[in-house]
Amino acid sequence: MVADTSAQTIKPSIGDYLRKNIREYGLLVALVVIMVFFQIVTNGVLFRPVNLTNLVLQNSFIVIMALGMLLIIVAGHIDLSVGSIVAFIGAISAIMLVKWGIPAILVIPACLIVGGIMGAAQGYWIAYQKIPAFIVTLAGMLVFRGMTYVVLGGRPIGPFPKEFQLLSTGFVPDFLSFLNPAPDTIKNMVALVAVLGLVAFAIHAGLRNRRINEEHGTENEPYVFFVIQMAIIGIVALFIGYQLATYRGLPNVLIVMGVLIAAYSFLTTRSTIGRRIYAMGGNEKAAKLSGINTERLTFYCFANMGVLAALAGMIIAARLNSATPKAGVGFELDVIAACFIGGASASGGVGKITGAVIGAFIMGVMNNGMSIMGIGIDYQQLIKGLVLLAAVFFDVYNKNKG
Amino acid sequence: MDNIILEMRSITKTFPGVKALDDVSFKVREGEIHALVGENGAGKSTLMKVLSGVYPAGTYEGEIHYDGELRRFSTISDSERLGIIIIHQELALVPLLSIAENIFLGNEIATNGVIQWPQTFARTRELLKKVGLTESPATLITDIGVGKQQLVEIAKALSKKVRLLILDEPTASLNETDSDALLRLLMEFRKQGMTSIIISHKLNEIRKVADKITILRDGGTVETLDCHEEDISEDRIIKGMVGRDMEDRYPPREPKIGETLLEVKNWNVFHQQHRDRQFLYDVNLNVRAGEVVGIAGLMGAGRTETAMSIFGKSWGHRISGEVRMRGKPVDVSTIPKAIDAGLAYVTEDRKQLGLVLINTIKENTTLSNLEGVSNSGIIDDHKEAKVATGYRSKLRIRSHSIYQEAVNLSGGNQQKVVLSKWLFTNPEVLILDEPTRGIDVGAKFEIYTIINQLAAEGKGILMISSEMPELLGTCDRIYVMNEGRIVAELSREEASQESIMRAIMRSGGKH
Repeated sequence: MVADTSAQTIKPSIGDYLRKNIREYGLLVALVVIMVFFQIVTNGVLFRPVNLTNLVLQNSFIVIMALGMLLIIVAGHIDLSVGSIVAFIGAISAIMLVKWGIPAILVIPACLIVGGIMGAAQGYWIAYQKIPAFIVTLAGMLVFRGMTYVVLGGRPIGPFPKEFQLLSTGFVPDFLSFLNPAPDTIKNMVALVAVLGLVAFAIHAGLRNRRINEEHGTENEPYVFFVIQMAIIGIVALFIGYQLATYRGLPNVLIVMGVLIAAYSFLTTRSTIGRRIYAMGGNEKAAKLSGINTERLTFYCFANMGVLAALAGMIIAARLNSATPKAGVGFELDVIAACFIGGASASGGVGKITGAVIGAFIMGVMNNGMSIMGIGIDYQQLIKGLVLLAAVFFDVYNKNKG
Repeated sequence: MDNIILEMRSITKTFPGVKALDDVSFKVREGEIHALVGENGAGKSTLMKVLSGVYPAGTYEGEIHYDGELRRFSTISDSERLGIIIIHQELALVPLLSIAENIFLGNEIATNGVIQWPQTFARTRELLKKVGLTESPATLITDIGVGKQQLVEIAKALSKKVRLLILDEPTASLNETDSDALLRLLMEFRKQGMTSIIISHKLNEIRKVADKITILRDGGTVETLDCHEEDISEDRIIKGMVGRDMEDRYPPREPKIGETLLEVKNWNVFHQQHRDRQFLYDVNLNVRAGEVVGIAGLMGAGRTETAMSIFGKSWGHRISGEVRMRGKPVDVSTIPKAIDAGLAYVTEDRKQLGLVLINTIKENTTLSNLEGVSNSGIIDDHKEAKVATGYRSKLRIRSHSIYQEAVNLSGGNQQKVVLSKWLFTNPEVLILDEPTRGIDVGAKFEIYTIINQLAAEGKGILMISSEMPELLGTCDRIYVMNEGRIVAELSREEASQESIMRAIMRSGGKH
């Protein structure tokens, strides 16, 4: 009966690997399942080019804010004020553009700076005065909302100049149309080429990474998983790229979002700042005693969140083509939910950018799919709430079992 | 008086990798005050936790007989129902509730869930009178001193019809007047027939009140002394506590001592929370290259606080004094500055303060010196893996890879990860705070070997330990601290457990 089991325990089997990484693969599978589900129940409306474009436009700001929120949650805090920052930045951008006639090229950076200051102002109380983030940002949520009403005088301002609207409704111009083999179906060649290039790059980078890992004797994920994962991502990306190409091409927002996702992924996985944020969220005292300036790091996280919320605020204002005092109400909850669905831990130290992005898209696809089906906002909220609870329960269940 | 109220037979309790109690037997007669003494880690608290059901029946071997019957407690309330009440060193009172609320917490005088305040207050007043307190039952715990809080704990025990009262270091945080009052109270209870077990380091107090003294050492019973048969001196107790061979437990080392590295002069520190209370008084110490210097003392003597206040002022308030490295004054006002000055501090509590438990060995190893594995803020993964692998094999960290999470390592291996982290900052002086606490004998030897290697490389080591044999076995020089002061400096030749204990006892209460 004393069989030699050592060979099995040394080399982790595919089953072990799956069990260990169930969260990440599970999330991706969940997104695919939800997409397929809505594709079927909406009779194929979900993946129609127009709807797909809308899906991107509607969710871009949630994704962008989820990037900053993930850092804050990983650091062990929370930010409830982002919806109000969205509204306030929308308001002051409208005043600067519409009332004062300042060009968009100046207004955009100015708004990002103001957003950064708003985040930093909250970060100061949290980091240096040790007031819980929940309280400080709850105050911020009320204060910034109030400020929005004050500057707008309670009335919406709009419409915005064309150049500002490009921020959310613009598309990347088709400068590669001369390559187009089938101009009748494909309306935008750039989208197709870009997606092809991106998929090729991803596969190349993935393979290169595996090779370097092997050289250094670092553990790789099983080859089968690598292939399956690449295949799913490649097919989905190419499909979406093709669908977008048959409509108007790549929305500007998609490019902004893509660049930011890449930048924040890099920041969290490869940079010293990212590493320190995870360490701080995992054990603040140990991080501090290891020589990490935890106060400054917390402060930066909130300032960063302010900048991203400002960007989101401008995209929303440009999309609605008017700044209203009620803009962004409840957005903080969608953003926070995206992070938790994406596997972030409420106690800090755990969470991934890719998780938060997928989490945001799960929320987005559900919003969009249920709207197409004609489900009322009441039931939509109820279902989203249950999905959030189920996702977090899945985490807790896995943790306790493992 | 001859009734045996409690008998613990052949109790053995093991934790993963450590045998905390090994065949301990222990008998208490009804109506006596029985003292339990031994060094830190000898197993006193573990034994009491076995008795009170903190470690439920089935997690230890051996038998507990109470009132002549075999008992198997599975929770604390099981033992409390029979009148066994334990008062821990850290008081279990809720600071912002009143005395009355604390006494009846979880045991409220209530009808249908509605608290009967008049009865509660009347009962509280009775209980307070028994312990000699005149405070109003409505006074908040936070508004009374530690001494009185201790008495409230005893009143709480009385409210539960206590028959066997266990006090774990009851006077550790009390001043002399409060301690005396507490001891008098215990003697008063003895007259009324109550039985007490008292765990204490203060041997003079034990001599004053105890009928019997049981000595534990390394998880085993050494002997039980009867204070009525002979006059037991403190030296006699100390001898029982420490008598053991020290050969082979500590790897040999030839000290090669060089220039002075760290010098701390006139270090005065006020308490972190109680800001008007001075905690450290004129601490002066130095550590030379290649030297292992120990700091001995009882819990609460100010050893950890000394280390932490030096290391980036991470403890305390209104810190004054001077720190020099190689003769030059250095700025240690923040942790990064202290690290830059060449200091490293391996904390006492590696789980809470030393490691990010949910992170991997690799991530913990480089945490204090990420610059060492990164270029302009970008971590070089492979360089990092190489560094972590290097320390893993150098310090012989047992794990399946450097990607294992710290939480899944044994205590000894966790400690080696913390050491790796600090060695990677390339410090000149390492302050080690209880470096072998809670780790097994084999791993301890490895830690001592690492300490010896570091000293041989010319680093200075300042080691805080509550295990005196460890200090005697590894240190070239030992400072003895008590009540926030350095009360003795002993060379390797002068140092012995007796001389350290004597230095502590002699200095006690003088200031």
